[in-house]
Amino acid sequence: MIAVRDLSKKFGRARVLNSVAFDVAPGDAVALWGPNGAGKSTALRCALGLLNYRGSITIDGLEVRRSGRSVRRLVGYVPQELSFYDDLRVRDAMRFFRRIRGDSPANAASLLEQVNLHEHRGKRIRNLSGGMKQRLALAIALLADPPVLLLDEPTSNLDAAGRADVLERLRRLHNNGKTILFTSHRSEEMEALADRILTMENGVIVGERRPRRAAHAHAHATTHHHADAGIGAAS
Amino acid sequence: MTTNAAAASRVPRARFDRWPISPALFPALVLKELRDALGNKWVILYTVGFAALALGLASLARASAGMAGYAGFGRTAASLVNLVLLLTPLMALPVGAMSLVSERERGMLGYMLAQPVTRTEVFFAKFLGLALAMTAAIAVGFGVSAVALGDAADGALFLRFAALSVLLALSMLAVGMLISSIFRRTGSAVGVAVFAWLTFALLADIGVVGSALAFRMRIETLFYLTLANPLQAFKMSSLAGFGAGLDVLGPAGVWAMTEFGAALGAVLLSSLLAWTALPLAAAWLMFIRRPL
Repeated sequence: MIAVRDLSKKFGRARVLNSVAFDVAPGDAVALWGPNGAGKSTALRCALGLLNYRGSITIDGLEVRRSGRSVRRLVGYVPQELSFYDDLRVRDAMRFFRRIRGDSPANAASLLEQVNLHEHRGKRIRNLSGGMKQRLALAIALLADPPVLLLDEPTSNLDAAGRADVLERLRRLHNNGKTILFTSHRSEEMEALADRILTMENGVIVGERRPRRAAHAHAHATTHHHADAGIGAAS
Repeated sequence: MTTNAAAASRVPRARFDRWPISPALFPALVLKELRDALGNKWVILYTVGFAALALGLASLARASAGMAGYAGFGRTAASLVNLVLLLTPLMALPVGAMSLVSERERGMLGYMLAQPVTRTEVFFAKFLGLALAMTAAIAVGFGVSAVALGDAADGALFLRFAALSVLLALSMLAVGMLISSIFRRTGSAVGVAVFAWLTFALLADIGVVGSALAFRMRIETLFYLTLANPLQAFKMSSLAGFGAGLDVLGPAGVWAMTEFGAALGAVLLSSLLAWTALPLAAAWLMFIRRPL
């Protein structure tokens, strides 16, 4: 679903990404993990076509630079903190993005209900708590049901309860088949959501591992596969 | 349970995705910008201030003995020229200067551009939204003034003057947006915009007069230098429109009337149009090419 090849990005003389390459298969949740300045958010911003870069990024076979709008139509984006027009009311923000993303009023209302913001739809964004803003960003990202979600530190500004709530929602979306690429520096977040973790340092991917949950599931599936193969061979 | 492949195939490939401006999305973007602009404090302040001053000028002219009728209108119009010259750039330059940089600074621009929109759409929606809001503000001021003048107002002339004022606002908005696309901090952009206003409104004139005296400038050079200032182009256009004659501007005005004759209006108008189109094009190029 997402293919990144030889991705490099410089800000002035500083090289922020250096020949980064990875794939995210359809339905996978992949975490970019690393310290601040590792290049995680820059990689996401390149994937959205917000920054120029060298190399290639394709989403669903579309090159981001050439087909920016079409790519962004496939992608729902949740920023670290929703920094949108604070004066807008929740319902107005949903109406505006619904028009931009081409979704129906009924679906927009349903998404607000799903993230428990329906009763807050008359509030201005500036009066929402951090958790509510994050849930609103998630509802906006899900307008028009995009197959891919790009999440930049999706729980970094939330308290423990807010984190658990957002993580649970993301896990459900992942279970429903969304492809998710997210950045994080919280190990519990990656354990809960990621199928694979790519460790970044100084703009380079230095390692890849599976979280314990996914490793266990993977081992379990492999054992079953081998057992099935054995049974098949025996019979 | 839906798979990603299935979900991907459900997402419609919108018909206008390859277009730099999609007719399906652009109106929604313009409406949002217009709504934001109508809530902008600078625009509100300008609308109220301009309307109050225009009303005051019109009422004074009407109330003055011997100023009723067309003479009263002429006096009001001449005062309005100075009012527009002073206030309109003071509104349009900072509003334009804040338009892109403040949203970039607060992260809103990045979030907006992460949606299925193009930079060209966002840029021109912003310009159009702000332009419509300023047109509305100017219309309120002129409307109030026209009501106060009543029968004394020459409708066609008043409309022409209002249209010129809108063109001046657009040119200053374009210059403001160019400033906004260059600077990274809102404070710097607004500071430069206020300095630009000072330059257009005061320093440029002083510079031209000083240069004319110091270098014994030819009269046509003096006229073209004056024309290069959009505020002066507006002033000359307005005075020419009111039939005042450019001789009130001195030898350069007389030279221009002799040299260009009936085409003078178009020459003056082309200066304002160039001051709108060129900064706007430069701002757009900067906006679509520079990283966020």
